[in-house]
Amino acid sequence: MAGIPHDHYEPKTNGQKWLHSRLPIAGVLYDTLMIPTPKNLNWMWIWGIVLTFCLALQIVTGIVLAMHYTPHVDLAFASVEHIMRDVNGGYMIRYLHMNGASLFFFAVYLHIFRGLYYGSYKAPREVTWIIGMIIYLLMMATGFMGYVLPWGQMSFWGATVITGLFGAIPGIGESLQTLLLGGPAVDNATLNRFFSLHYLLPFVIAALVGLHIWAFHTTGNNNPTGVEVRRTSKADAAKDTVPFWPYYVIKDLFALALLLAVFFAVVGFMPNFLGHPDNYVQANALATPAHIVPEWYFLPFYAVLRAFTADVWLVQLVEFVTFGIVDAKFFGVLAMFGAIAVMAMAPWLDTSSVRSGRYRPKFKAWFWLLVIDFIVLMWVGSQAANELNSWISLIATTYWFAYFLVILPLLGLFEKPLPIPATIEDDFNSHYANPAE
Amino acid sequence: MFRKIAISAVSALAISTGAAFAAGEAVHIEDVPFSFQGPFGTYDQMQLQRGLQVFTEVCSACHGLKFVPIRTLADAGGPMLPEDQVRAYAKNYTVVDKDTGEEREAVPSDKFPENLAAGAPDLSLMAKARAGFSGPYGLGINQFLKGMGGPEYIHALLTSYTGEEKTEAGETFYENHAFSTGWIKMTPPLSDDLVTYADGTPATVDQMSLDVSAFLMWTAEPHLNARKEAGFKAILLLALLSTLLYLTNKRIWANVKGPKQA
Repeated sequence: MAGIPHDHYEPKTNGQKWLHSRLPIAGVLYDTLMIPTPKNLNWMWIWGIVLTFCLALQIVTGIVLAMHYTPHVDLAFASVEHIMRDVNGGYMIRYLHMNGASLFFFAVYLHIFRGLYYGSYKAPREVTWIIGMIIYLLMMATGFMGYVLPWGQMSFWGATVITGLFGAIPGIGESLQTLLLGGPAVDNATLNRFFSLHYLLPFVIAALVGLHIWAFHTTGNNNPTGVEVRRTSKADAAKDTVPFWPYYVIKDLFALALLLAVFFAVVGFMPNFLGHPDNYVQANALATPAHIVPEWYFLPFYAVLRAFTADVWLVQLVEFVTFGIVDAKFFGVLAMFGAIAVMAMAPWLDTSSVRSGRYRPKFKAWFWLLVIDFIVLMWVGSQAANELNSWISLIATTYWFAYFLVILPLLGLFEKPLPIPATIEDDFNSHYANPAE
Repeated sequence: MFRKIAISAVSALAISTGAAFAAGEAVHIEDVPFSFQGPFGTYDQMQLQRGLQVFTEVCSACHGLKFVPIRTLADAGGPMLPEDQVRAYAKNYTVVDKDTGEEREAVPSDKFPENLAAGAPDLSLMAKARAGFSGPYGLGINQFLKGMGGPEYIHALLTSYTGEEKTEAGETFYENHAFSTGWIKMTPPLSDDLVTYADGTPATVDQMSLDVSAFLMWTAEPHLNARKEAGFKAILLLALLSTLLYLTNKRIWANVKGPKQA
């Protein structure tokens, strides 16, 4: 383990030694819990615990829901109503699961933007970042398939629209879509495979979360200064860090408890605020809803998907150059996945020698513009398409790509960063008088 | 001058509202202060019983409640009819027995029967399947402040008939300003004193529609009272836990941080 130097687990009793020489599990747990963590982490470093909690909450509530749910087109909707009415506490379990997805995505967006601001994606944490992006993609897949399970109108029509995206891929698209759906259209086979995958993917995510944690426990946490913990000696490292337990466990649990109070206010008093009324109407293949909108957490990328209509000159150019292989529909799909891909490429697109946005005056402005851009995309994704809205989504989408592909690479070359503190200890002591040393 | 402005303002309004109706949007739904709204709101048991009466005597002719078990009429947080009344009430309905396949009198463990006679939608979840409020600008602020507006929508629908009707392709449509297209197939179902309330409440159209809207909110969300209670308990416990963790956190970090510098 090439981590930050610190005390490791020493088995003391004969029993401990016996187990440790056969399975060093106590040592792994000890090292994980006592890992030296930069002592200057701020409140934006709480989202990891919140996300871990969300995953556990979704798995636990989900398993209970699966005990009462029936994945069949004729029975699914009624089985959800059975959960809501007859299962003991079923309404609470289902509302927790439903709104838990929203909490999950809320936390993951703040977690991602934290990483973007403080340069957490930069070397040597690229692998942590990439694993995080894969987790995020799997979360989206899981969330989308979960929304289909109640078999309401939005479930059905959302599934029809989103699986249609895969049909836009030239050549293999149609067979890929048929494979996804288990037939020519969204039907019982679709519901069954979505249920199966919706149950499977959270465990894949859990495994990736393990890798995510392993990766950043190897490199050490980033911190608001972006300055690395000194590894020259155990004593130096100890000046920059505190052990994860109890310092950050208690801090993170405090933040989690506070956040959960708000979460339970939503679940208790307005559980359907984030949902769509149409999903309380059973799926009907013969009646298309007036507006098909995805859940709020997909809206920014849904807006990117819709931004590139056939009348955009870039789309026309690409269609011409590729001899019509890339049409407007496929272009939209590429843009949507591309919007996530450019984010995943951030470690190699950011050329700045300074890690943390705190010491990058110009970067700050562009970063906050990106945050606003994300919110604008989310809003415009929920709106009906009209001329003004297509302009807004086109401009917002352009900025999203420009931030990653143009601004991040160029800023590093032209920006003059502020002086960074020599050590984490220096930064910490500039905020607090430290009587312990 | 003033008259001219007033006239043009009124005609502009008339044109724009006409356009809004034609486009099938921007229908105005009046906010109703139902007893079950807000974090502290609970169902009014007497109102649910009146609503049940309106549903039984009027709506059930065409609409079903196929997800609602009849026995739940006795549940806490609902109309809370006594058990014997629920048994007697169940006898109003005929259901097809699942085991024998034959028609029989309903018992409390049966659900309200599905009603496909007039092609009318099932009402079990109607109060959650419609949104009365939206915006402004798609920001969700109105839903946050007033609620989703499902029961308000039902109330508005039942009270917004204009009396106009038209016949198209052999079907009669009734003008209704709360309905998305402005014209609805449902015959105006309510008229004053159509039912006689046992508790002496005057049975105006407005009163009956309020009562049945509240009842349909209960059929859609039967555990609303219990859910809000659970919400309060959770928030209280988490507030207590947060306080304890805050103090613990402060204590733990005190040695590391020392007093904060100005």
